[in-house]
Amino acid sequence: MSESLVVPTMAEMLAEGKQPEVLFWVGCAGSFDDRAKKITKAFVRILNRTNVSFAVLGTEESCTGDPAKRAGNEFLFQMQAMMNIEVLNAYEAKKIVTACPHCFNTLKNEYPELGGNYEVIHHTEFLKSLIDDGRLTVEGGQFKGKKITFHDPCYLGRANKVYEAPRDLIQKLDVELVEMKRSKANGLCCGAGGAQMFKDAEPGNKEVNVLRTEDALETQPDIIAAGCPFCNTMLTDGIKNKEKEGQVKVLDIAELIANAQDL
Amino acid sequence: MSYLDNILFAVLLIAGFGFFAASVKKIIRNINLGVDVDRKDNPKARWKNMALIALGQSKMVRRPVAGILHIIVYAGFIIINIELLEIIIDGLFGTHRIFAPYLGVVYDVLIASFEILAILVIFSVTVFWLRRNFIRLKRFIHSDLTGFPKSDANYILYFETVLMILFLLMNASDYHLQNVPGGYSHFHKAGSYPISQFIAPIFNGTSNEVVGLLFEIFWWLHIAGILVFMNYLYFSKHLHILLAFPNTYFANLKPEGQFDNLASVTKEVKLMMDPNADPFAAAPADENAHPAKFGASDVQDLNWVQLLNAYTCTECGRCTSSCPANQTGKKLSPRKIMMDTRDRLTEVGKNIDANKGVFVPDNKTLLNDYITPEELWACTSCNACVEECPVNISPLSIIMDMRRYLVMEQSAAPMSLNAMMTNIENNGAPWQYSQQDRLNWKNEN
Repeated sequence: MSESLVVPTMAEMLAEGKQPEVLFWVGCAGSFDDRAKKITKAFVRILNRTNVSFAVLGTEESCTGDPAKRAGNEFLFQMQAMMNIEVLNAYEAKKIVTACPHCFNTLKNEYPELGGNYEVIHHTEFLKSLIDDGRLTVEGGQFKGKKITFHDPCYLGRANKVYEAPRDLIQKLDVELVEMKRSKANGLCCGAGGAQMFKDAEPGNKEVNVLRTEDALETQPDIIAAGCPFCNTMLTDGIKNKEKEGQVKVLDIAELIANAQDL
Repeated sequence: MSYLDNILFAVLLIAGFGFFAASVKKIIRNINLGVDVDRKDNPKARWKNMALIALGQSKMVRRPVAGILHIIVYAGFIIINIELLEIIIDGLFGTHRIFAPYLGVVYDVLIASFEILAILVIFSVTVFWLRRNFIRLKRFIHSDLTGFPKSDANYILYFETVLMILFLLMNASDYHLQNVPGGYSHFHKAGSYPISQFIAPIFNGTSNEVVGLLFEIFWWLHIAGILVFMNYLYFSKHLHILLAFPNTYFANLKPEGQFDNLASVTKEVKLMMDPNADPFAAAPADENAHPAKFGASDVQDLNWVQLLNAYTCTECGRCTSSCPANQTGKKLSPRKIMMDTRDRLTEVGKNIDANKGVFVPDNKTLLNDYITPEELWACTSCNACVEECPVNISPLSIIMDMRRYLVMEQSAAPMSLNAMMTNIENNGAPWQYSQQDRLNWKNEN
C-alpha cells in the first residue's frame, strides 16, 4: 500500500516518444467519486505490479457523454464524443481499458460511428488476459474460502454479453462463487443506469437498489462483487439500508484481485 | 347435382381472404408511417434470428411452463393447418377427404397426429386460461390489462378451444358414419381417429341422416370459424402469430447497449466544431428540407421497425415483469409502451382513413396523451425488457426516442438531470468537479 502509484499520462508518454500498450480510461466516477477512486487505485496497483505499460489522459479526459445520451441529450453526448475522439485520435490510441461499463459501452459501441475506432475492453477482461498470458498470478489470500456473489452490470452483461470474465477472476481466488436467483442475462439492474444515478427515483414502493441487494443477500454472501462503480455505490447503499455493513462488503473485482495479492 | 354448397363456400373463402387482405394492407400502410431505418444488412444473421426465435421459439422456453405449452399450441396451429388445405379443396369441389386415397397410410398418420395435437392444444389453452383467470399470475392481472386487452386474451383462448372441439366433433361424426355397417353415403373409410373415436359413441342411436347433417354443420362452423379468427387478428394482440416472423427478421442486430447516434445531430455538432464554418452563413437552400425534429413525440416520429414492434406485441408482459422500475412500483411498464404505441397508431390510421388519406391533426400525441413523462423517466435503460421479449421487441428504443424529444425539443428533463448535464457541459463530468482535478486521485491516500 505504501509504495506510490505510477500513473503516466498520454502527454508524458508522447513527450518521451512512447506509445503505451493500453490507455486506461478512468471515467468520471473513477476520477472523482471517493468510493470509485479506490477501485481506480486498486486497478493501477495491479497494472504497476504486472509492469503493464499504460497511460491515462488525466486532465484531458472528459465524460464520455453516456449519462447525457441516456437522458436524451444527444447534442451534449455527441459534443463530448467528438471532443474525446479528437483527443484519443491525436494520441493514436488503439486499445482502451476502463473499469466503468458505461464508459466501456459508449467507447466501444457508440464512438466508432463518430470516428473513434478503438479496441475497448472492460478491466475484468483485461485482468483475465493478464492471467491467461501468465503476466499475473492470483491466489485467494484473505478471500480464500469466502462466499462471493457477482452482480452483473447491465452495460457489461446484457448490453455487451460479457458474463464470464468477471466470474473467471472471482473463481481464481479460491472462493465459493454463488449465483443470485437472477443473474447473467436475467440479472436485475442496480437502479443507476439510464442517468437514474443523477436523479431521484419516480414514486414507487421500493428502491431498485434495495430490491437488488435483497437478491444478493439471499445468497448469504460474505462479499458482493461488482464490476461497475455505479453498481458499487447502489449496492453499498442497499447494504446500509439493510444494516448489513458489518457482515457484507461490496467490492470491485479489481479490489478483490489487488487485495488478495496484498497490493 | 347442386353446386350451391360449392359456390357458397367459394364466396365465404373469397370474403374471408378479401377482408383479411384489406386488413394486412392497412397494417402495412400504418407501419410505413414510421421514418425509415435500414434493416437490410446481414440477411444471414436475420434469417437465422427468424428461424431460431420465431420459428424455433428459442426465447419462449426461458420460462419453461409457458414456453412448452406455447410450443404445443404453436405446433398445433401450424400442423393442423395442413388439414385446411384438404378442407378447402373438399369445399370447392364437393369432394370428401380428397387426399385419403392418394396418401394411404400417411393420411392415417396425419389425421391421427392432428387429433393428438388438437387434444394437446385444448389442454394447453385450458392451462393458459387458468393462469390468466384463476391462478391470476401477476403479469396477467396487471393494470395494463383491463378492458379489451383482458377480454382479447380470453377471446383468443375461447376461439382456439371451440375450433379444436369442432375439428374433433367433425372427425367423430365422420368416424361414426364411416363405421355404419354397409357404409353410408360418401363417408368412405379414411383416416385414423385416436381421439374422436372415443367421442363418436355420442352419436349412437342417432339416425345417419342427422349425424350426416351434424357433420356438415361441424365442418362449416370449423372452416367459417377459422376465417373469422383470421379476420379477428387485425383487432387483436394475436397478430403476433404472423408478425413475429418479420419482427424477428428486422430486429436490431447490434449490441443491446449500443443506442443509435442521431444523424441530424451529428451534422449540427460537426458544424459547431468546424473552425472554418462561417457562423453567419445562411442555411443552405434545400427545397425538401423541413426542420428536423429531434426525438419522438408521436408515432410518425418513430421508425417503422418500432411500429412493427407495436403491432407484433402480444402483451405477454414478460418485459414488464422483468423491468426493475415496474417491480419497484413505478408507473413504467414496457408492455404499456408497446400497447400505447399500437393504440395511437391505430387511431392515427383511422384518422387517415376518415380524411381521404391525409392525417388531420387531432391535438393528441403519443407523448402525454398515452405515455407520460413520469413513465419515461423511470427507465434505467437496463435492457431487461429487450432481452426478455420472446420476439425481440425493443420498448427501450421508444422510451429513448421520447426522452430525446422531451430534452432536446422541450427542455423538459427533471431538474436534477439538467444539473448533471450542465456539469458535463461546463466541466466534463456529471458532478461539479473541475476537469483540472481529474488526476488528483493519483496523489491521494
